[in-house]
Amino acid sequence: MLPELGEDQLRELFQTMLVMRRFEEALITLAGEFDVGHFHVYIGQEATGAPALGLLEDGDFGFTTHRNHGHLLARGVDPARMMAEILGRETGTNQGKGGTLHLSSLEHGFPVTSAATGGCIPLATGAAFGFSKLGNRRVSVCLMGDGSLEEGAWHESVNIAALEKLPIIYLCENNSLEALGQRANEYPSSSMAASPLTGLAAVFGMPAVAIDGFDAGEVHDTMNIAIARARAGDGPTFIEARTVRWPGSRPLWPQLLTGELDLTIAWDETALPDEHVEWHRSQDGILRFTRELIEAGNLTPEQALEIDAGVKAQMKEAVQFALDSPYPPPEAALDHVYA
Amino acid sequence: MPKRLYAEALVGALRRALETDDRVHLMGQYFLGLTEHRELMVELREDYVERVYYPPIAEVGYVGAAIGAAMAGLRPIVDIATASFIFQAFPQVVNEAANVHYMSGGQTSVPMVFHFNQGIRGGGAAQHSHSPQAMLWNTPGLEIMAPSTPADVKGLVATAVQSNNPTAWVDHVRLFDTIGEVPDPDYAIPFGVADIKRSGTDVTIVASSFMVVRSLAAAETLAKQGIDVEVVDLRTLTPLDEDAVFTSVAKTGRLVVVDECHRRCGVAAEIAALVAENALGDLTAPIKRVTALDVPIPFSPPLEEFVEPTEAKIVEAVSEIAG
Ligand SMILES: Cc1ncc(C[n+]2csc(CCOP(=O)(O)OP(=O)(O)O)c2C)c(N)n1
Ligand SMILES: [Mg+2]
Repeated sequence: MLPELGEDQLRELFQTMLVMRRFEEALITLAGEFDVGHFHVYIGQEATGAPALGLLEDGDFGFTTHRNHGHLLARGVDPARMMAEILGRETGTNQGKGGTLHLSSLEHGFPVTSAATGGCIPLATGAAFGFSKLGNRRVSVCLMGDGSLEEGAWHESVNIAALEKLPIIYLCENNSLEALGQRANEYPSSSMAASPLTGLAAVFGMPAVAIDGFDAGEVHDTMNIAIARARAGDGPTFIEARTVRWPGSRPLWPQLLTGELDLTIAWDETALPDEHVEWHRSQDGILRFTRELIEAGNLTPEQALEIDAGVKAQMKEAVQFALDSPYPPPEAALDHVYA
Repeated sequence: MPKRLYAEALVGALRRALETDDRVHLMGQYFLGLTEHRELMVELREDYVERVYYPPIAEVGYVGAAIGAAMAGLRPIVDIATASFIFQAFPQVVNEAANVHYMSGGQTSVPMVFHFNQGIRGGGAAQHSHSPQAMLWNTPGLEIMAPSTPADVKGLVATAVQSNNPTAWVDHVRLFDTIGEVPDPDYAIPFGVADIKRSGTDVTIVASSFMVVRSLAAAETLAKQGIDVEVVDLRTLTPLDEDAVFTSVAKTGRLVVVDECHRRCGVAAEIAALVAENALGDLTAPIKRVTALDVPIPFSPPLEEFVEPTEAKIVEAVSEIAG
């Protein structure tokens, strides 16, 4: 379903999702040439991150994970500076200190990104504690993978959030398949006996809902309620956004297994590949959103392609900016140890 | 003697441990990290389905479980994968495992091994590049092994598995590609016996784990400049073969300690202090330390290189005191 938004906002959301997708596609191609370390892409989860984070206001915080690229893009961080960071360049968001795992942009509400599974949970909870004491009506969003529920940090933090009615939303993106190719276990999580995952929050007495993470409308509307609740001082919410893992994220290093996104598939299946049919037909959240926008008359195929062409050009520039940027001088390694 | 990849020797050592002692169980399975060699683990996991446990992402839980299982009669070899994740398990490793034997007045022991891949792997940035061996070395009750060759990993694992103490197995993904001779028959290398990996007369380098490989490469470069370096591979930190260090220093009169930990309170700091305390009279030049700088490990390649103890830095440090 479509989010309850005006036409301009819907198109903006569409564009944001495309930025997220085209950025990762460009990165996967680039990573064939440059060693960017072990990296993770957000492909397949755009319909969760874009509408959810689009609802935040200036000053709200998000704490994400190793799969952080899409989250930063959703809040308007410059793709060129992100790409530069991933290539370790001086112009990067973190001046080359962080790389793919730690993309940070304080001005966009991402104070730091922890790549330790579960690391974001106490940090996001603590930010909510701070906001609540400061009384500034800001909210903190914990962008966590399903795997982080396996860490003890979850239980310790959620208890604090519940006891103190903290202004936090735990947005758990359950991409369901096993982490790092571990022996496969059952849905909903990699190695979690608790099912459904919402039970792990509901027991603390907070609203805990499972939603379709491919459904931008459901994500938007659920998140909207949760944010209002947090801002009103009524306490935390847990949202489990269910997606499946994009096939290209199953190998240890991402690969463009479903090809680059071909938007025409949304209205004309001639370009539908023989492989990964289900992915294209019912799973890819961007294709789904495109179909919904066209059906509702908010977008024409021509307009969709035009927006996409603009985004592709922007990504080309982002890559070029990153490649043209110098590495930091080696002595810069000594900066920023202490504030 | 057959030549083997370090990665093969490592997997072979795990296989022998499983074959020869029913109490040995593996908990965690990323011994070879994300390297291409990880495929070598597949067959082992299939052959010992019942004795390879796949833990959830729950370091304090499964590492702690291994400690408890060891008290109950298993001999777990638990893999923490990237060394930085041992911090998630520190309450159980440092405050439980290391204290059990002492605190129980010698009644209970914890016969288990913790494996982790430490150090700079390239692009790991601040949260995937730690060398926690110095922090662990500051913990009485833990044994620490840090092999540097295929032959040593085989022999040290054999000893670790039969040890009645919790043993940290400090490993490094950059070792997996190295090749060396490995004797076929079973053997165990006792803990607390250092090995002279290269004998020389001018300068002593003391190192462990991957820093031995770097030091040996530096020694070749230095040999061409007429400097004859002796490389002492500690092999285990606890117990420590202090005599091997003192003997070498008595011979050369010069010491460079190479270590991937940060400089402050690192492994090199302790070795330097020991020599200063016990063998100052043998020294004809100041002790030098080549370590990671005292900053978190940065992502960007030139910054990372600036921070890490490189071969060039070892060559420079040795040259400075070679006299
Ligand atoms: C403390 C810690 N343990 C293990 C890892 C290795 N690791 C990296 S990503 C990952 C899987 C995380 O799964 P999930 O939270 O569901 O995120 P997803 O990759 O599915 O988005 C693991 C175990 C880590 N980064 N940190
Ligand atoms: Mg997941």
